[in-house]
Amino acid sequence: MVQAVGSPDPETRRRAFEALVAAYWKPVYKYLRLKWRASEADAEDLTQGFFARALEKGFFDRFDPGRARFRTYLRACLDGFVANERKSAHRFKRGGGAEHVGLDFAGAEAELGRQGAPAGGDMEEYFHREWVRSLFGRAVEALRRRCAEAGKRVPFALFERYDLDGSDAARRPSYAELAREMGLPETQVTNHLAWARREFRRLVLETLEEATGSEEEFRAEARRLLGIDPP
Amino acid sequence: MRWLSDAAVDHLRSVADRPDLGGTPYELAEPIARGGMGTVYRARDRRLDRDVALKVMNAPAPAPGEVERMRDEARILARLEHPGIVPVHDLGTLPDGRLFYVMKLVRGRRLDEATADAPLHARLRTFERICEAVAFAHAQGVVHRDLKPENVMVGPFGEVLVLDWGVARWLAGSGRAESHGTVLGTPGYMPPEQARGETDRIDERADVYALGAVLQFLLSSEGESGAPRALEAICAHARALHPDDRYTSVSELAAEVERFLAALPVHAYPEGPLERVARLAAKYRTPLLLVAAYLLMRTVLALVARV
Repeated sequence: MVQAVGSPDPETRRRAFEALVAAYWKPVYKYLRLKWRASEADAEDLTQGFFARALEKGFFDRFDPGRARFRTYLRACLDGFVANERKSAHRFKRGGGAEHVGLDFAGAEAELGRQGAPAGGDMEEYFHREWVRSLFGRAVEALRRRCAEAGKRVPFALFERYDLDGSDAARRPSYAELAREMGLPETQVTNHLAWARREFRRLVLETLEEATGSEEEFRAEARRLLGIDPP
Repeated sequence: MRWLSDAAVDHLRSVADRPDLGGTPYELAEPIARGGMGTVYRARDRRLDRDVALKVMNAPAPAPGEVERMRDEARILARLEHPGIVPVHDLGTLPDGRLFYVMKLVRGRRLDEATADAPLHARLRTFERICEAVAFAHAQGVVHRDLKPENVMVGPFGEVLVLDWGVARWLAGSGRAESHGTVLGTPGYMPPEQARGETDRIDERADVYALGAVLQFLLSSEGESGAPRALEAICAHARALHPDDRYTSVSELAAEVERFLAALPVHAYPEGPLERVARLAAKYRTPLLLVAAYLLMRTVLALVARV
């Protein structure tokens, strides 16, 4: 997807860019708020401005997968962009034709309020963590849409109860409790859950592939993200 | 979009990582061991109503060559039907495309834990059983290449199982041997030729070297007095830097240890006259003690008769 950003075909280019914005805007916004201590309004403008400038100047076309991970490259571009913006004391104007609608800045701000500052102040780790959160959040949304389209209300409800609400083991219901709650045999509960998790895993990988810069990086991130290889 | 807490992200990570056994007759339980290529889980075989160990590839998008390596591992294990080698029951592919295979679930303790308090002769008997399993693999044309205490399990009845044949290779060449320069194995247990990635030079004597290191490990708890010199010499001979200077086979190494246990001279250690006397005295301790007791009794009786 990252490579498609440099595609000569404008439609491919646009879709690739939108996918990148979707994958990265929230970590970028939170990073600006915490690392650069930008006000809410400035962070919103800088987030919009950064992606607009990246598209205009082809920041991402110059990405070399042999030298860094895309995430690292994007963060370096972002730091450079903000430093320049601040030096020239020139705030990017909103609505300059490149504004991305539908970025839920208020939602991102509410998340920041719940999370607080990163422990130890390691901003690289923080950016990574936010990127993973955003990726998983998008995969959950994609699963929700997929289930709604396919009429799979029950599997998503079970996934939500068991894996999202029950992410804290102490609050996780047992399969038997879920079976009673939903009026299903226990075997169906496990079958539905297995289906939802399989779809979720597929969607995580699909989302990840959109957000990485090369096949090799995708492979490495898939391993790192799924907790297999050490960072 | 739904807010995901750190705990939720961690949980979803494990969910995404956890293999889906849909369409197979197995139910997944907890992970037992995690390696570079695959993770071993405890699983339930519903058909036979028994617990098994199920190894599944870590990544749905494996690196090139990994699928072949794991398939080779399963096939190697399937060929090695021996009480000292964990048997393979099944090989298959998960719905997400990951390869898995199913083995007997091994119950017991790792060699390092199982032998911590055992007397020397018991440790050496265990070592001999490891050698038997490895010698059998060699006879079938397979070199293990990653023998170490962590890869040996000792069961409740002293039975030994050699595990983790993930880097094993066919001696005669499988046609899929890794390229020259590939280094697989564990530092401290792999011979110099393996550490240098000279894959075409690796044969049974690589395992002889590793077993020498395992024997050394088993002797390391001998305390201040140290291990018997003959055993130290056997270790050193097995771990010679050049393969030509080692025992030519694992059976030869095991035979040396057997000679030591039988209080016979070992080939790796030329003993002095005093050591020979001490060894013979140890070997014939019981008859010597009986003779001494008899002589003592005769002396006492003779003295009593005089009085």
